[in-house]
Amino acid sequence: MGRYVMRRLLQFIPTVLGAMFLLHYLTSIGIQFSANPVRALFGDRTPPPELLQNLSEALGLGDECLTRKGDPCVGLFVDRMQNIFLHWDFGVNFRLRPVTELIAESLPYTVRLALIALLFEAVVGIIAGVLAGLRNGSFWDYLVKISTVTVIAIPIFVLGFVVREFVGVQFGNVLRGVDWIPDLISQGVFGSVYKSDYPWASLIIPGLVLGSVSLAAAARLTRTSILENTRSDYVRTAKAKGLGTNRVVGVHTLRNSLIPVVTFLGVDLGTLIGGALITETIFNVPGIGRLVVASARTGEASVVIGGATFLVLVYLITSLLVDILYAILDPRIRYE
Amino acid sequence: MSDVTTASTEVEKPGAAPERERAASLWGDAWRQLRRNPIFLISLAWIIVVTSMAVVPRLWTSIDPRACNVSQARLPPSSEHWFGTSIVGCDYYAHAIYGARQSLIIAVVATAGVVLLGGVLGMLAAFYGRWTDTLISRVIDIFLGVPFLLGAVVFLTVLKIRNVWTVALVLVLLSWTYIARIMRGGVLSAKTLDYVQAARALGGSNSRLMFKHILPNAIAPVVVYATILLGSFVAVEATLTFLGVGLQAPAITWGVMITQHQVYFLQLPGLLLFPAGLLFLTVLAFILMGDALRDALDPRLR
Repeated sequence: MGRYVMRRLLQFIPTVLGAMFLLHYLTSIGIQFSANPVRALFGDRTPPPELLQNLSEALGLGDECLTRKGDPCVGLFVDRMQNIFLHWDFGVNFRLRPVTELIAESLPYTVRLALIALLFEAVVGIIAGVLAGLRNGSFWDYLVKISTVTVIAIPIFVLGFVVREFVGVQFGNVLRGVDWIPDLISQGVFGSVYKSDYPWASLIIPGLVLGSVSLAAAARLTRTSILENTRSDYVRTAKAKGLGTNRVVGVHTLRNSLIPVVTFLGVDLGTLIGGALITETIFNVPGIGRLVVASARTGEASVVIGGATFLVLVYLITSLLVDILYAILDPRIRYE
Repeated sequence: MSDVTTASTEVEKPGAAPERERAASLWGDAWRQLRRNPIFLISLAWIIVVTSMAVVPRLWTSIDPRACNVSQARLPPSSEHWFGTSIVGCDYYAHAIYGARQSLIIAVVATAGVVLLGGVLGMLAAFYGRWTDTLISRVIDIFLGVPFLLGAVVFLTVLKIRNVWTVALVLVLLSWTYIARIMRGGVLSAKTLDYVQAARALGGSNSRLMFKHILPNAIAPVVVYATILLGSFVAVEATLTFLGVGLQAPAITWGVMITQHQVYFLQLPGLLLFPAGLLFLTVLAFILMGDALRDALDPRLR
């Protein structure tokens, strides 16, 4: 196990470096083809060349290669990697704030959003999947099947938008007109967008929207897994020796069926953190996805590289943890 | 020797008309099962409808979607304008019909690219193994780690030019890894099978082994996944437009229609719901078709 983890951790190195180079190359090409983004800070005034050059240097975009179209800027990449790995310096944005600080600031929002989504998806997804799996072919089974497919087919931005308008604005307005409803409910939970006064309450509905997409996958996975296990030998044995239905379902079927579901949820946490972008845009949550996208628009290369690399790391680490968790939950799996 | 060759020709021509007395091929069986599956048939019918909208929009409407009249703006649905008119007075039904074209072109081009790139790389990785596999697998890891939408936004922000081809290109670059992994898994398990070994022993060249013997047995999961990808690309195109990095306003796509009219949602919900509904049905049809294909192509589920 220890050796397996070591090997996986070593494999992270080329993956992360590769992703960083990809991002570095992209942002460099962007700058090469659409001129120095620092120039945009001056608006319609023409800055003296020395000033522009010095400011570009200070913002980490002064390298000569950023003016040559198509140049992969290997020198700049090596510099950036040296700063990051030797001095833990990810660079600054255009307001001279360190990238590490920006990420640390926006991360809590995204993590809270992802946790709410994960909780929703775990509870509702597993319950729906178990109901559908235990009563294969029943009304419940069809209901779960139809609703999960429906949710998958609605693009999340349409879902989020319609929920915001109907639940946050329309229904929220009704609630806000009633005196005895506490502000936490009317302003927070049904407040239509994120509000810093209600750091958890106003993220509940965005979290539900975010979680609804993978909810369907969780429910379907639980269903198939339950279906497979109810046909297995040990469940038949448990029934044959006269155990009660609750024990057969709760202990023998459910515990084994949940192994793939738990691992799916683990991987999904990484996906949710990286994929919260649309939900963050619709509900105005100042999370990490919005940070990276806004920086891509303004050409703040170091924020894009730092933020996206962080998300790649989150993805890699969650998938490693999930693989370890899999071996712990299922003794049949052994890594050497 | 002749036994071996006839055995392999049976496998390599899966689509060939099955003779009654002999057990049919995988695809023949699948087709017979699919023909009786109402969900598959309905999905297929809807996809044919949408494809015809994309290829020959005049079949569905004679109104030019760009012939707009501001004095006719914001009309509710009527017999003349089935979906009403948009805020600048264009016939919304004609818009919705013409919107199918670019959405579908992006999805089809991107899926074709993904299958080609992912399929070839996955096949090479699994077939040659050793350092080829290590190299390709590492590249897959790199691309897989980059969050899909975030990557797409960064790519398209950099590209500046957003048309059908660049959007499709970005989708290909960010999704080929899924197909590559599926293909790699399929080829890895197919390449150890007896008839492949036999073909190799008989002196079959590498390309013959790959295309004639391994590919037909590894392609089924790729086809299933590609069908689902087609649907999700239709949705992703709209999502990218919503994020401001997809196709832009003069272009007519469902994504542009939804994004343009979302501010009027509370007054004129139809302007959002009609294109969103068409989008939803199309995505749904592709997903259901993929599901039906998966069930039909997996012999264990029969």
